[in-house]
Order: sequence, then structure tokens, then C-alpha cells
Amino acid sequence: MADFLLCAAVFVLVMVALGLVRILRGPGDADRLMATQLLGTGGIAALLLLGAATDTDAVIDVALTLALLAAFNSFAFIKAANSTLAEQARTERDL
Amino acid sequence: MSAVLDVFTLFTVATGAFFFFAGTVGLLRFPDVFTRLHALTKADTLGLGLVVLGLLPQAPTLLAGFKLVCVWLLVLLSAASVSQLIAHNARRSEQR
Repeated sequence: MADFLLCAAVFVLVMVALGLVRILRGPGDADRLMATQLLGTGGIAALLLLGAATDTDAVIDVALTLALLAAFNSFAFIKAANSTLAEQARTERDL
Repeated sequence: MSAVLDVFTLFTVATGAFFFFAGTVGLLRFPDVFTRLHALTKADTLGLGLVVLGLLPQAPTLLAGFKLVCVWLLVLLSAASVSQLIAHNARRSEQR
């Protein structure tokens, strides 16, 4: 059971690593933010699986913190991107 | 009883990992920002939900199982809100 959970954690991490290609290729900011979302969710899944595989209970608290930080990260990015868009629209209107 | 729980964990975690695989394939191969957003949000949240469901029988205490469900609820809520925000932002930068 522990071996299977470890294999599943490694598999999820490989999926996350593949998804990071989208950061390289993505033709926009939203794509890069989505790859970071994948990193957050996949990291949480891998952490939970590793915690169950090694019988460590504290890992669930780490996963909870990661979920919170990933949410705040996405909100902060969207806020910054929206203010950039508003500024660009304002300069285009002024021109 | 424990063998049945182990088989349940096996199947659910394997299905969750498969959904992660499907979500990553969708993120890499879909043609548009919005389709990629669909693939990422739905498949990954479902994958995480199945993984948490599969880990619930393995949780040593009731508090650990409750914390697992809390993690899943938090990811569900944040993924739902963030996907709306990303779609709104992508729409606005498309219209310029």
C-alpha cells in the first residue's frame, strides 16, 4: 500500500512537471497562471499521498497551507494583471 | 474489512491519478485558453477529490480525515473562484 501510494505521488509529480511546459509555451498570462494552478493542486495531491505513504500526519497541515497560499497567489496575480490591463486601456484611450 | 478498504483506496487513488493525467493532457493539447481552463479546473479538482476520498480509509485518526476533507473543500472553492477570474481576465485581454 505504501509503495503504491509512493508511485501515485511520483506519477502526479511527473504530470505537474509536464504541465510546466505550458509556462514555457503559453501564449498569454492566463496560461502561465493555469500551469501554476496545476502546480498547486498537483503538489497538494502529491503531499497527501506522501503523507499517507510514510504515515506522517503533519503533512496534511502542510497541504492545507499550500492550498491557501496557492489561492492567494492566483488572486494576487489576477489583481496585478487586471490593473495592468486597466492601465493599458487608459493609455490607449488617452492617445 | 481492511482488505476491502485497501482495494477501495487502490482503485480510487488510481482513478484520481488518471484524472490528473487527463487534466495535464488537456492543459498541454487543447487549442484555446478557455478549453484549457475547463480541462484544468474540472479534471484536476476531480482528481484531487478522488485522491482525498481514497486516502480517507487510510487516515489514522478522525481528525486527520476531517483535515483531508477540509483541504479538498478549500481547493474546490479556490479553484472555482480562480477559474472565473482567469476567464474574465483572458476575455478582457482578448477584447483589446
